[in-house]
Amino acid sequence: MSNMQNTSAPVRRHMGLRASRALGNTAIYALLIAISIIWLVPFVCIVLQSFRVESTWQVGYVVPQQWGLDNYINLFQTDFPRWYLNTFISALVTAVLQTVIVLCMSYTLSRFRFKLRKPLMRFMLILGMFPGMLTMIILYRVLKDLGMTQENSVPGLILVYIASSGMGYYVSKGFFDTIPKSLDEAARVDGATRFQVLKKIILPLSKPIVIYTILTAFMGPWGDFVFARYIAFGTSKGMNVAVGLYNWLNKDQISKFYTMFCAGGVLVAVPVTILFMCLQKYYVEGVTGGAVKG
Amino acid sequence: MKQYTDLEYLKLSKGQKLLYRITSFFCSIPKKIGGLFVALWNLIKTAGQVIGKEAADIWSTFVNGDWKTKLSYLVMGFGNLARGQILRGLLFLLFEAVFIAYMVLAGGYWLSMLPSLGKVGPTEEYNIIFDTYVTTYNDNSFKILLYGVLTIFFIIAFIYTWRVNVKQNQMAEKILASGKKLKSGKDDLRSLVDDQFHKTLLSLPLTGILIFTVLPIVFMVLVAFTNYDGTHDGYYNNLFTWVGLDNFNTMLNWQSAGGGQSYAATFGEVLSWTLMWAFFATFTNYFLGMFVAMAINKKGIKLKKVWRTVLVLTIAIPQFISLLYVSKMFAKNGIINGFLMSMGWIQQALPFWEDPTWARVTVILINIWIGIPYLMLITTGILMNIPQDLYESARIDGANAWQQYTKITLPYMLFVTGPYLLTSFTGNMNNFNVIYLLTGGAPTNPAASSAAGTVGYTDLLITWLFKITTGAESQYYLASVVGILVFVVVALISLVVYNVLPSIKNEEDFQ
Repeated sequence: MSNMQNTSAPVRRHMGLRASRALGNTAIYALLIAISIIWLVPFVCIVLQSFRVESTWQVGYVVPQQWGLDNYINLFQTDFPRWYLNTFISALVTAVLQTVIVLCMSYTLSRFRFKLRKPLMRFMLILGMFPGMLTMIILYRVLKDLGMTQENSVPGLILVYIASSGMGYYVSKGFFDTIPKSLDEAARVDGATRFQVLKKIILPLSKPIVIYTILTAFMGPWGDFVFARYIAFGTSKGMNVAVGLYNWLNKDQISKFYTMFCAGGVLVAVPVTILFMCLQKYYVEGVTGGAVKG
Repeated sequence: MKQYTDLEYLKLSKGQKLLYRITSFFCSIPKKIGGLFVALWNLIKTAGQVIGKEAADIWSTFVNGDWKTKLSYLVMGFGNLARGQILRGLLFLLFEAVFIAYMVLAGGYWLSMLPSLGKVGPTEEYNIIFDTYVTTYNDNSFKILLYGVLTIFFIIAFIYTWRVNVKQNQMAEKILASGKKLKSGKDDLRSLVDDQFHKTLLSLPLTGILIFTVLPIVFMVLVAFTNYDGTHDGYYNNLFTWVGLDNFNTMLNWQSAGGGQSYAATFGEVLSWTLMWAFFATFTNYFLGMFVAMAINKKGIKLKKVWRTVLVLTIAIPQFISLLYVSKMFAKNGIINGFLMSMGWIQQALPFWEDPTWARVTVILINIWIGIPYLMLITTGILMNIPQDLYESARIDGANAWQQYTKITLPYMLFVTGPYLLTSFTGNMNNFNVIYLLTGGAPTNPAASSAAGTVGYTDLLITWLFKITTGAESQYYLASVVGILVFVVVALISLVVYNVLPSIKNEEDFQ
């Protein structure tokens, strides 16, 4: 009797465990499916509505009654292509220049030990506590004096995007910190200059962080709203897609432009989403690394 | 309060430890403030000592130096030139020439106007030929303030360079006296990619930060002490001038000026919602994101990559599209209300954006939708780093899933992500995009709105600041005051948390 109990108890417990695990997994699958639906519904809706022809305003249903490309075709009769070009140019130039600046900054702070290093980092931490929007008031007026607002906003925007990008060095510094210093030292002993160390040893190892920096630097201006609105307000020609599309949702415009907003949104989102999906691996590496190292 | 010894402290439970740290922090505030004054006094004292030492050094260099050194005090770089360091000498000389030329041609004027911020505003004169009034623009307060600050920066840079110039002479004399050779221009250039490579690398980023962040911030802090606004723009209509602490008085005064709510009350309301928002936005995202990450990572769950990709997809899509679209989905005639009504679940449209409480809750919920993918990514990485044997031994000891979570996962996560939580909190306080694109601050708060433009129930300090500057009156000075107060709040919170958080204090023993 006692023998039987001894053998059956672990078996029963084992089965209970398996059953409860299976039940738990089913619940988790249900949850994950629900999450996927919630996360994807808005994007499905926006795509569906961009093909709707029968009405240009909001309606209470999702699937169009009449399908067509009218909204996309109409986009080309507005300033939308111009906005798209503005956004594309500023994002591209920013991606290149900002990457150079951020990498210079983070590499230096990670690799060199100089007297002002710690004070500099602390100073930038404090600077970062000021709301960045405050500086827009003066930057707008200075850029206006230089003729880089409204219609010519693209160079002004690029300048604003890249100028202070050195402050965002944290993630890539965290990456450089993980490359062993002994590599540098070995090369230095062999007579390499600091520049050669950077070019021949560090950069080839830094592909993930370079791609991460380019990607985030590109996506910032691509979706930027605040600065663009501040610098390019009033003139349709100088706007980027965010500001332009935002204006379409104003109270007096929305009845005419709602479905075109959806179409424009799709055109803006598709290229950056494809790019992002291709480089997803590097983005995940950057985000996970950056958060832990702070 | 009771002070614990180290041993007693270690015996406390987790909650008691945290409580102890927090109370001891607050109890130590008076001491800390005292300490601050002591530190300030020490700073002044050391600064005095340093200046004294520098002055003595400059003096002794002058007295003991040869004629080349002596002449360098007046003509920067002369010593370098005379001793054969042509490149350095020329650079010093050029800098001095540029500085003098600037000060004579422009700098002196800006500096002299700085105390008054301009004397003559725009004047109107009758022009007989055109039979109209012609406006002549005179002083420009904006430029005076901007270039005045810039000139002060320049003077500081000059003094520093002059000091370097003196030091170089001293060192050159010493090196020559010991019989060694001085560095040539070629050596200098080479050191820029070698020993001094950090200076080369930092020059570009730091110049950008100086001109586009430091200068504007100094300028805007100064604006808080002026009356710069839409009707005093400093050039086209009226000059602006210094008003001392008036703006701070207005902002922090509980008595309202012209009926309606006072600025202080409005500020208090907006601030308390900002803090509430930051708290909920940070912690709902944090815990739910962690939960989702754990669900995806659980053993036996298949298609991990698919679930992750679905969430990551939403990061790729620019926020202005998703947020604006979602905001319209929740509108009175939007899809959500349309769907619920067609299903017959509700009779009337739900007031997602019309009712203050509804709007606040909706904003927080939509922010979860935005935030979970990031948190999922971040926490996935950390969760995988937790040593698996911890869980195994816990399981052998009979701990259930909840116990494993509260005893292993959560403490580990909180420890590692402490700094992240802090930056995320302050980041959420300044989360302009989510609020502005979703609600624009609506619904309007009628009581608060009479104080400064339109203020809504979902307005954060940062969106309020934006509204002040873009509103009809463009009260830049008030925006500047709000900005400074935001800085003070963020700095205070950071200070408190840094003093309480274990992972920052004992960063090393975790690694």
